[in-house]
Amino acid sequence: MSKARTWKELPKGAVSYRSSRDYKTGDWGVDAPRIDQAKCVKCNLCHMLCPEGCIAVREDGSPEPDLDYCKGCGICAKECPVKAIEMVRK
Amino acid sequence: MAKQELLGLNGNEASAYATKQVNPDVVAAYPITPQTIIVERFSEYVADGLVDTEFVAVESEHSAMSCSVGASAAGARAFTATAANGLALMWEILYIASSLRLPIVMAVANRALSGPINIHNDHSDAMGARDSGWIQIFCENAQEVYDASITAWRIAEHPRVQLPVMVCMDGFTISHTMENVMTLPDDAVKKFVGEREFIRVEGHMGEAELRLDPEAPLTMGPLDLQDFYFEHKIHQVDAMDDALEAIKDVDEEWAKVSGRGYGYAEPYLMGDAEVAVIGMGSAMGTVRHVVDELRQEGVNAGMVKLRLFRPFPAAELKKAVGRVPMLGVMEKCISFGAPASPLMEEIMTAYYHDKEKPMMANYVVGLGGRDVSPAMIREIYGSLLKNRKAGKVSKPMSYIGVRGD
Ligand code: SF4
Ligand code: SF4
Repeated sequence: MSKARTWKELPKGAVSYRSSRDYKTGDWGVDAPRIDQAKCVKCNLCHMLCPEGCIAVREDGSPEPDLDYCKGCGICAKECPVKAIEMVRK
Repeated sequence: MAKQELLGLNGNEASAYATKQVNPDVVAAYPITPQTIIVERFSEYVADGLVDTEFVAVESEHSAMSCSVGASAAGARAFTATAANGLALMWEILYIASSLRLPIVMAVANRALSGPINIHNDHSDAMGARDSGWIQIFCENAQEVYDASITAWRIAEHPRVQLPVMVCMDGFTISHTMENVMTLPDDAVKKFVGEREFIRVEGHMGEAELRLDPEAPLTMGPLDLQDFYFEHKIHQVDAMDDALEAIKDVDEEWAKVSGRGYGYAEPYLMGDAEVAVIGMGSAMGTVRHVVDELRQEGVNAGMVKLRLFRPFPAAELKKAVGRVPMLGVMEKCISFGAPASPLMEEIMTAYYHDKEKPMMANYVVGLGGRDVSPAMIREIYGSLLKNRKAGKVSKPMSYIGVRGD
């Protein structure tokens, strides 16, 4: 983060002056998903079920998590029907 | 000055009538004694098409305040009313309203908090909310309720304030007692309150008015953790400080329109007073009557009526109290286990650093609506005179009108 603003420089009403995109919540988690693309059947379940919406789908239909926003909850790994996702320590 | 009409209104009706003239966008309320008449009257105004207000009949006070927060955040003028346990049920949302800087106006017909269950007046409800970040004005009579129910909008929406306001009136004593109330014509009130003002803030998509608008989106009420919460609390401290100036400006402007000016702390016969009582609300009318009697009996008695409790007007209060040597702080609230009741604590704190200050004693009266009679007020002045003579306070805290010592 850039130099933190003083209270006088902050917008009133606790309004966010920066986008949530700038708020990298990925460092909250302990684990992160590692996807075995060879096993993946491109069903996109992980993309739809990720509570952070941080798993994108590539042109070819394969999933790609953005670890900057992954909180390490493990839902994707739990829900993947072919067990293509393994949770590993960050 | 606008031509005025004299109406017979009780405090609740005065609140509803003033609010009708303000014509807010949203009223979300739930009935609770002794505030019910406000909501009843207002819903009649809505049914009769006399206001443009969207009336939301919510299922609880928690929802009433939540709805007011939503409406106010969307840019509406939002009004609600409550009392006692209803105010208690709003608790968590009170803090949200003030921290999001939403200029909601709420009438509170002060009533004792349960339990045991009691529907009559004391100040335990509003005093419990004193740290919630709301401005709190305490009225002495229905006229003050009418005036404050109009000025409250200008105070709340003042660009340097942007805070919610509680207009407090004593349950039944004011809320249900019909009095003469001078009222302004609708257009004079309309002109006085004008349109809601918005401040501009820096949002994540650039600068915008502080309200929810899909064309200029803002995030309101986000998670605010160790890194920013503290700073945002200082914003509220700062707004309360600014409110002390802003309320004065609004009151002065109202005085020009209505001919009725109010101070934060109004002295009565304080110039040469030896003993004085300070307090808030309807009982101060009785105190004024007793002061007149005592003066005729040759006692140099005085009083100070405090009208504003949040922000606490320490400087005005001291100016009104002046050089009186013995001050009694009379209040309708107990803080269990505390060294004194809330108003006493505030006044003592305000004086702590001063070399010159009055001796002070705390008198709790009227809990659960017990009548505060002239005889009880005489008892307080008697105790003050005794302390004054002895040069010391024999009993810092007394409960006046309770059976048993
Ligand atoms: S671990 Fe949770 S947050 Fe991270 S990619 Fe999987 S589902 Fe999304
Ligand atoms: S849930 Fe599993 S199989 Fe389906 S897209 Fe995600 S990784 Fe591939």
